[in-house]
Amino acid sequence: MPQRYNLIGTHCKSCGEYYFPPRTLCPNCRRTGQMEEHRFRGTGTVITYTTIYSATEDFERLTPYNLAIIQLDEGPKLTGQVVCSPEDMKIGMRVRPVFRILGKEGERGIIYYGTKFAPADDAP
Amino acid sequence: MRAVSIIGVGCTRFGERWDSSLRDLVVETGIAAIEDAGVAGEAIDALYVGNMSGGRFVEQEHIGALIADYAGLSRLHIPSTRVEAACASGGLALREAFLAVASGYADIVIAAGVEKMTDVSSGVAADALAAAADREWECFFGATFPALYAMIARLHMRRYGTTREQLAQVAVKNHHHGHMNPIAQYHTEIKVEDVVSSPLVADPLRVLDCSPITDGAAALVLAPSDIASRYCDTPIRILASAQASDSLALHDRRDITTLDATVYAAKKAFAQARLTPEDIDVAEVHDCFTIGEILAIEDLGFFPKGEGGAATEEGRTAIGGDVAVNTSGGLKACGHPVGATGIKQAYEIVLQLRGEAGKRQVDDAEIGLTHNVGGSGGTALVHILSR
Repeated sequence: MPQRYNLIGTHCKSCGEYYFPPRTLCPNCRRTGQMEEHRFRGTGTVITYTTIYSATEDFERLTPYNLAIIQLDEGPKLTGQVVCSPEDMKIGMRVRPVFRILGKEGERGIIYYGTKFAPADDAP
Repeated sequence: MRAVSIIGVGCTRFGERWDSSLRDLVVETGIAAIEDAGVAGEAIDALYVGNMSGGRFVEQEHIGALIADYAGLSRLHIPSTRVEAACASGGLALREAFLAVASGYADIVIAAGVEKMTDVSSGVAADALAAAADREWECFFGATFPALYAMIARLHMRRYGTTREQLAQVAVKNHHHGHMNPIAQYHTEIKVEDVVSSPLVADPLRVLDCSPITDGAAALVLAPSDIASRYCDTPIRILASAQASDSLALHDRRDITTLDATVYAAKKAFAQARLTPEDIDVAEVHDCFTIGEILAIEDLGFFPKGEGGAATEEGRTAIGGDVAVNTSGGLKACGHPVGATGIKQAYEIVLQLRGEAGKRQVDDAEIGLTHNVGGSGGTALVHILSR
């Protein structure tokens, strides 16, 4: 799914709103919206977060890991992992995208890649 | 629209019911409800069954027909429909049954709910429950249900000053209520120290902030109010039934610390019933996690936004407080068999309004409310019931 690797979402030319994950219909304009692909920079701000100690079987080997809701600089919010120690997590912290393995289907199965986030001190 | 009343109720004991299968649980509760109502199978016009994930938990779909069959009704060929809205499946079954009677299409209708969750490992159960979130854009990145509510809790604490101890007070109160409820999964009282020292699940939520994995079923019998007294001395009127939806994913919400689905369903329900939150004596709300009850009592309008934690700490939501919340023990202590919860909530309110709640009876309870949430707030149902 290339949207996951490249943070490709959508932009509505009618109302100017950005969406990630991508949407076919604009929730503001619905059928009158004009959607086009938009590749997000991936820099953003942590709105809220948690550190997960008890996970589903697929993620058990990663515990504890940080999960956050991140507001991208272009506007939309998404859910993603932040790779840093739990003590370094803060509401309002800046993050940047990093390309990482997200999971795999069993020992010898398909490996899924995607975007995680890392702390960034850069200004937007 | 016709007025609708509840004329019979039944509920199984909640817990790890390794002695019973899914169909056993439904039959047990269905018999209790129709005996309570004094109706015969031939009188039943329709069945609605709330069930979230029979396919994942017991590898059985086609729950509607299964239940009609094992309730001994297959030869009557009555319509039986499974409804699903994640953890709000039970509340939705009640609403569908209500609409069938209110519309005049059916007279005697059963609303039931069931889930058998302990037959799979906790990892499989966690994954099945995570299916109520956005699989592609939340779970794929490692989100679990406790994690979503933990992120709500973190922001609520930051924005409104809600404390770790106030979250724990929700669990303490609900275990206190639950220890007086014979059908509850847990009869143990707990202290704030127990909650804050229990193992972390998703920081800041700990094991004792979370509702358990539970087996159970509940059922209600609905009838038009104008004939309800033929069956029952104490019919309980359904004054309002409202449902609202919101984005499936938590990250798409207008405000992470408010479940707008609850806000909208509550507004509609209070308008239908021509009542205000101050009129409610007793409420069963969706406390799948301790923060869930704080959101509920704010979003339903019992307390101003941000003051739910303090109200809980002050005992205003305990039996004897401003509004008695989760007298059954809630999802936290009574247990949370996801598809059955919305029906069990109405079962508890009916007992309270009939004055049959035993040690946990709220004095002079006249008006009650149920609030059932699907997922992290993608669906909410609010019902208002009256003596």
